[in-house]
Amino acid sequence: MAELLQFIFSGLTVGAIYALVALGFTLIYNASDVVNFAQGEFVMLGGMTTVFVGLAGVPLPIAALIAVVATVAVGIALHRLAIEPARGAGPIALIMITIGASIFLRGIAQVIFDKRFHSLPSLFGSDPIRIGGATILPQSLVVLSGAGVIVILLWVFIGRTLLGKAVIATATNRSAARLVGIDTRRIVGFSFAISAAIGAVAGILITPIALTGYEVGTLLALKGFAAAMLGGMGNAIGAVVGGILLGLLEAFAAGYLSSQYKDAVAFLVILAVLFARPQGLFGRVKVDRV
Amino acid sequence: MSALFCSRLMPIAAVVMIAAVVPAFFPSAYYYRVAALVFMFALAGIGLNLLMGFAGQVSLGHAGFIGIGAYAVAVGPTHLGLPTWLSFFAGAALSAIVAFLVGRPILRLKGHYLAIATLGFGVLLSIVFTNEAKLTGGPDGMSVPRLVLFGWTARGSETWYWISAASFVIGAGLALNLIDSPSGRALRAIHDSEVAACVLGIDVAQKKLMVFVISAVYASVAGSYLAMFNGHITPEASGFLRSIELVAMVVLGGMGSIIGSLVGSGVIVVLPQALSFLHEYEHMVLGLIVMGVMIFLRGGIVPSLAVMFAGRRKW
Amino acid sequence: MVILETDRLSIAFGGVRAIDGVNVAIESGQVFSIIGPNGSGKTTLFNLVSGIYTPDDGSIRLSGEKVVGLAPDQLARRGLSRTFQNLQIFSRMSALENVMVGRHRHERTGILADLIHWPSVARQNKATAEAAHAAVGRVGLADFADRPANSLAYGALKRLEIARALASEPKLLLLDEPAAGCNPVETQEIANVIRSIVKDGITVVLVEHDMRLVMNISDRVHVLANGKTLAEGTPDQVRSNTAVIQAYLGVHGSQEAVHAVD
Repeated sequence: MAELLQFIFSGLTVGAIYALVALGFTLIYNASDVVNFAQGEFVMLGGMTTVFVGLAGVPLPIAALIAVVATVAVGIALHRLAIEPARGAGPIALIMITIGASIFLRGIAQVIFDKRFHSLPSLFGSDPIRIGGATILPQSLVVLSGAGVIVILLWVFIGRTLLGKAVIATATNRSAARLVGIDTRRIVGFSFAISAAIGAVAGILITPIALTGYEVGTLLALKGFAAAMLGGMGNAIGAVVGGILLGLLEAFAAGYLSSQYKDAVAFLVILAVLFARPQGLFGRVKVDRV
Repeated sequence: MSALFCSRLMPIAAVVMIAAVVPAFFPSAYYYRVAALVFMFALAGIGLNLLMGFAGQVSLGHAGFIGIGAYAVAVGPTHLGLPTWLSFFAGAALSAIVAFLVGRPILRLKGHYLAIATLGFGVLLSIVFTNEAKLTGGPDGMSVPRLVLFGWTARGSETWYWISAASFVIGAGLALNLIDSPSGRALRAIHDSEVAACVLGIDVAQKKLMVFVISAVYASVAGSYLAMFNGHITPEASGFLRSIELVAMVVLGGMGSIIGSLVGSGVIVVLPQALSFLHEYEHMVLGLIVMGVMIFLRGGIVPSLAVMFAGRRKW
Repeated sequence: MVILETDRLSIAFGGVRAIDGVNVAIESGQVFSIIGPNGSGKTTLFNLVSGIYTPDDGSIRLSGEKVVGLAPDQLARRGLSRTFQNLQIFSRMSALENVMVGRHRHERTGILADLIHWPSVARQNKATAEAAHAAVGRVGLADFADRPANSLAYGALKRLEIARALASEPKLLLLDEPAAGCNPVETQEIANVIRSIVKDGITVVLVEHDMRLVMNISDRVHVLANGKTLAEGTPDQVRSNTAVIQAYLGVHGSQEAVHAVD
């Protein structure tokens, strides 16, 4: 029982990060139909930038802020320089562009930062808390509550503000949104910015537990995508649920089956979802008109 | 009949001439080596081109099949005691089988779902190659014995240059044949309108599967060659970056242009060699190339040139 | 001989009953037209019959055989072919190659044979090209055979799709708005093509908005409205049916229509 609880804790923690990555995916996908493979790099940049700015002597809270701002700038640049020029390209070309961007960002990180793993100090110390025979790190609670806060903020923003409604409008029908005066280009850029911010925060929160390094982005992107698919591509609630579920599945697989193939779980999930229920848990089936 | 021969296979003749003449200008074995690598990757590119450029599908995990072919000629002789040539065919057969089994469900998907599914599949394969250390030597890989046929050892850059060039020519010829046949027309039709192809009696799923299996075999052969040539293989050969390079190669050279695979491969293989001083920036450069190609050069080099010169489309 | 019949055919999308209990019985060798206001379900009916949609209810018989659930390529092998309202041209191929694909079900093909390209494959390519040329000529596009399909005008593409469908030598041909977007001259050409097709014994089922074409060329007309059958009969019977006129023009409009010049 204690073992199960332990797996649940670790699964929830890493699941919260997958949820945030998936949420970032969903935002951009909804606004522009682009599957942003560079989402994982946003997480990496958040963590790595904080580490290195911190190493340069800047107090950590400010370093974190700088990291988020820098990542947002990268997100906006990605949209302006790589996505916008390719408007009208097919979905595969767009994925390839974001893959190229992710490789490029990885390359930059390799050069500007370094190739080692780095950590950050936990927010509330690193003494594990005992619950029901299992232990959970205080930082895990920070991650979980941080993710929760972000989800709620996003919820409020999308539902209650005019800008949020504009995002939904753009997502639902781009042409119609433009016809009512919404600058869809800025909205899409905005969604990239928000996703970058979410990713950066996720990166900063998880680094004390999972470490960060120039390479972590790729696998995170794939797993975030698996989570988004599991929940239903384009569905925000699905993204969060999918992320948590994926984290739990991974933890159980690592604990009960094989820790070596932990990373394979995400891909098996992708394949399983695509074959059994392509619309995911919360998505809707699309019918093509001929 | 001879006219058909002329238009369909002329590009092959051009490649044969170039491949035969160019080595005269090679100052050292190093050039043979690079050229051999270009032909090997171009061979994998032909298969991917059939899949992407003609049939309109996508595979972001094709390096997985390169890995199968490569590890086959490593594991076969080392752990199973099979002669290299037999392992080579076994690798191709295994790739075909895997492609057949995985292809049926995966090819029901379209667009970015297909892209991610193949991506996931490729990464899955490379995870297996990395983890099964007892069989594959793990992340550091394993050594690959030389190819020995009837007492003759295939060794050296020059030898492998001729082997890979000849294989490319044969592979390109087969591909061009396929394109100019009912199967080829069916594939091209599927690319433009699956529903219309279906309504005309084409078994779309079967045709997609067929081209997927063919492209897997091309990749497997290329992988075996790479392993036998280098004498060593690591899981990186089957990894995500390799798959992306392959796609960039095909797009750069021109989707739907068999000869374009050679051009695309040339760029992707030669560039890191030429810019070896930029080794630190390898990923940055690759990322820029992929982005640049997909944003600006989606039409590819060869088709654009072809349109400029003669309005030919076929190759 | 009834070549195509449906019995209580129904399908719903979300909450919308696109086709609701439709019965048709089409005699072979006829020109059978399906008309109705926009949104009445005409193309949905085509999609059901050609295997693109699977009905929620009801049955479809092709030459007496139950065919519900068969995929379009299986139906093609049973002699059914169709064109598309929104055109599904193979835009990357030439006009001739488009029609050559239409010959696919009559071609022998195999991976090995096609890869190696035996002389028999080359001979078959030649035969296919010739048959395609004939079909292309039949719809008046002989001069455009080698042009890329996406360089042809809209009206020409509609005829190209017909040629492509004809190339598969169907027994039953479904034409989805073949005259849409065509000027009167092009429409007349389409009418001539349809007449020549029927002379060859092929049954033609037409979905059309162009009333003049429908009335001139059809043996029987079936009217759909809101997914249900409104009326069926000869062109004359249908055109004087008040319910039909009301469906198209509304109650007020149908009263005005009495004063319209015919």
